Amino acid sequence: MRIRVENLTKRFGDFTAVDNVSFEVEDGSLVALLGPSGSGKSTLLRILAGLESSDSGQIWFDDEAATDLHARVRGVGFVFQHYALFRHLTVAQNIGFGLSVRGIAKPVIAKKVKELLSLTGLSGLDERYPSQLSGGQRQRVALARALAPEPKLLLLDEPFGAVDAKVREELRQWLRRLHDEVGVTSIFVTHDQEEAFAVSDRVLVFHRGRIEQNGAPMDILDRPETEFVARFVGEVNVFPAEIDGDRATAGKLQARIQGEPPLGPAHLVIRAYDLKLWREDPGIATVQRVVTFGDRVRVQADVDGAGPIVAFFPRRSSLLRGIAPGCRAQIEVTTARAYPAANSSLIPAANPA
Amino acid sequence: MSEPARSLALPSTVLRADQRRAAPNLFLHRLGRHSLVASATLYLLLVLVAPLGGIGYELISMGVTGPLKSLLEPEALAALRMSLVLTALSVAINTVVGTSLAIAIARHKFALRGLVNALADLPLAVSPVMVGLSFLLLFGREGWFGATLDHFDVKVVFAFGGLLLGTLFVALPYTVREVVYVLEELGTSEEEAAATLGASPVQIFFRVTLPNIRFALGYGVLMTLARSMGEFGAVLVLGGSISGQTQTATTFIHDAIDERATGSAYGMAVLLALFSIGLLLALEWAKRRRKF
Repeated sequence: MRIRVENLTKRFGDFTAVDNVSFEVEDGSLVALLGPSGSGKSTLLRILAGLESSDSGQIWFDDEAATDLHARVRGVGFVFQHYALFRHLTVAQNIGFGLSVRGIAKPVIAKKVKELLSLTGLSGLDERYPSQLSGGQRQRVALARALAPEPKLLLLDEPFGAVDAKVREELRQWLRRLHDEVGVTSIFVTHDQEEAFAVSDRVLVFHRGRIEQNGAPMDILDRPETEFVARFVGEVNVFPAEIDGDRATAGKLQARIQGEPPLGPAHLVIRAYDLKLWREDPGIATVQRVVTFGDRVRVQADVDGAGPIVAFFPRRSSLLRGIAPGCRAQIEVTTARAYPAANSSLIPAANPA
Repeated sequence: MSEPARSLALPSTVLRADQRRAAPNLFLHRLGRHSLVASATLYLLLVLVAPLGGIGYELISMGVTGPLKSLLEPEALAALRMSLVLTALSVAINTVVGTSLAIAIARHKFALRGLVNALADLPLAVSPVMVGLSFLLLFGREGWFGATLDHFDVKVVFAFGGLLLGTLFVALPYTVREVVYVLEELGTSEEEAAATLGASPVQIFFRVTLPNIRFALGYGVLMTLARSMGEFGAVLVLGGSISGQTQTATTFIHDAIDERATGSAYGMAVLLALFSIGLLLALEWAKRRRKF
């Protein structure tokens, strides 16, 4: 099913949770709503499900107006952040609930439940109660339950937020495979950029109730349209900078910028992995800290006249030779972008830790 | 690198400070705990268990058969029947009304929600005698609605209606309080999930909400039962304890003491006490399962 949202707005008192949002979702695609908590993405999802009403704007499911449809008749599957499984029902009864309330015959339900149990890898757990399942299993039951009535649209609210990192990674890949198998149009909400990029066909970056950017994952990564998107995705360094043509200068740091150079005061944004740093005297920076995270090394340095900068390197990178706190270093920026400082609602990062 | 050495030195000083604080006088600690438990137990024995034991002792010393026989007299039977009927009606009505009120308070946003929530607790705060008096003021012969009721030949005061009103009033809060608490604990997500799965409001109530609140509701019902059965002040003022007509088990005891018929009083009291012990056991069971 194709989803079209036009000028959707939702206020809670003085707070505008969703601010005049418009977008489209193609039939059969898997879309991520990515944003920090409180950015309005969950509210938008709840409005799409009919659990919350909008103050203005329209929602279209294919060519049917869905704005005023009750949740019960929308045909939307919803997977809640904390699963919201019926605790007094078994796994099988949970999955069959949506069919059972429609008065569908028991043998038909049993058959469908069995199918879904094997699809979600839960076979053999049908008589268990939710309290007897692990987090990952509960998540799958919630998904199977939402899929049972064959929804035209599947909505997932922070689907992997409540499970630990390893299970999350597995569930993520499993969700993608499941989506490709079932083919139902799906929208999921996440604050985890890695999750959004790993799973989805399209990412909508949310900030303060508005869509900052709507694009394919690679677009968002490589061509962030706003400073917010650039800063939200990955660890970045931000400096107030002077722009001259495609050259930006912040203290002793110089960079060639991509895209349209902004006029007037600008913020130079450099990803932590888009720069090279090596030991050199005098150089332009003093190394402050070197921390190893598994296969990566994070180096923090202080650029003369510009302030702290963070760079990531592979563990065995030859650039790291001789790098230690207190030594001087030279920096070369490989990729950078600049955004107008006036448009930025953000304070320049003093320390991008 | 000097950093690791520095970071090693830090925890040891922290630990020492910590140890000093975490080493209380174990003897005093235990003494304090034991004396707390002992005094609480003594208090319970003195205030709660001793009176019940006293009744039992008196009953046995009088010879059990006499007082029990007195319970079979028509007056006693009528009082007992009245109490049971009132209790049954109070439980039935307050369960339905209480659950509805609880859902309204916990699940719906309306203008007077805070007021309704507070009002539901009112019967806990006011003395039942006062409740009886205020109903008298409303429905008594000289009361505000007295003339209207007279016109339709409806008798409330010194009649069954009055007894029921008083009992309903005092026993209302228990179901409401229990169910509101659990509904708020539960949150709305299971109900929302049911809605997105296509369940109607009625289906949501019977298939999701009710199963989730069933132990809280059971606990509330048992409390309502106990409160209705034991109500005295309001039914005395509103009913007048007319023997064979508006006398309940509790006002029967009151009247029996007045008439120095101690045998009957003890017999009825023991019966009520047995009823209470049964309820207590049921409450314990419900309390354990309430959290689900």
